[in-house]
Amino acid sequence: MVKLSVHNHIRKLRFDRDEMTQQQLAEKVGVTRQTIVAIEKGNYSPSLELAFRIALVFGSPLEEVFYIELPEA
Amino acid sequence: MSYQEKKHLVNGIGSLLLFAVYCWFVLQRHEAGSFDSTASFRFWAAAILILIPLSIAAKIILTILFNIVYRMTDREKEPSFSDERDKLIGLKATRNSHYAFVLGFLLSLGSLILNAEPSAMFVMLMFAGVASELVGAFTQLYLYRKGF
Repeated sequence: MVKLSVHNHIRKLRFDRDEMTQQQLAEKVGVTRQTIVAIEKGNYSPSLELAFRIALVFGSPLEEVFYIELPEA
Repeated sequence: MSYQEKKHLVNGIGSLLLFAVYCWFVLQRHEAGSFDSTASFRFWAAAILILIPLSIAAKIILTILFNIVYRMTDREKEPSFSDERDKLIGLKATRNSHYAFVLGFLLSLGSLILNAEPSAMFVMLMFAGVASELVGAFTQLYLYRKGF
């Protein structure tokens, strides 16, 4: 099975929300700042619950925050 | 490097140094004394049992010192809790650490089958314990750096 790579627009969404800091976002969703850094870099795919929490903070649907790049056939 | 990466690197190096110093003391004492087989068992069992609380105490002291230095140098407070990523990485590290210990344990039993000295089994057990700790620390370091 091909591993899908999950990407996100968190950096842009933070910028659009008055340059919300990683620490502020981390506090709102209940994780450490290092986890937000890892998610933004694409080094960690969050759990479904955390992904929804992040989307709720930005008031956006999940698919506007996270997306996948399908491997070329 | 993030807080977690630095912490696990320091933990790994600290464990290695502690074990090296402890081994040096133990080997000195072993060479100084002459043991029959029962005394030899007692000596190595004591060496392993003393190493366990010693490494726990050293880890606590190292963590406190590391946090103090981290606050002074990085001007950032260490995370006060473990989130889902920390717990997942911790679980993967524990799994690898157990694999390493089981491998060492089996090798130490194998040494007895191959007619090695009983003390060799104890030494291998001690090495397996430290190797499992190192595998755990460096697995965490690797996963924090590379991601998963």
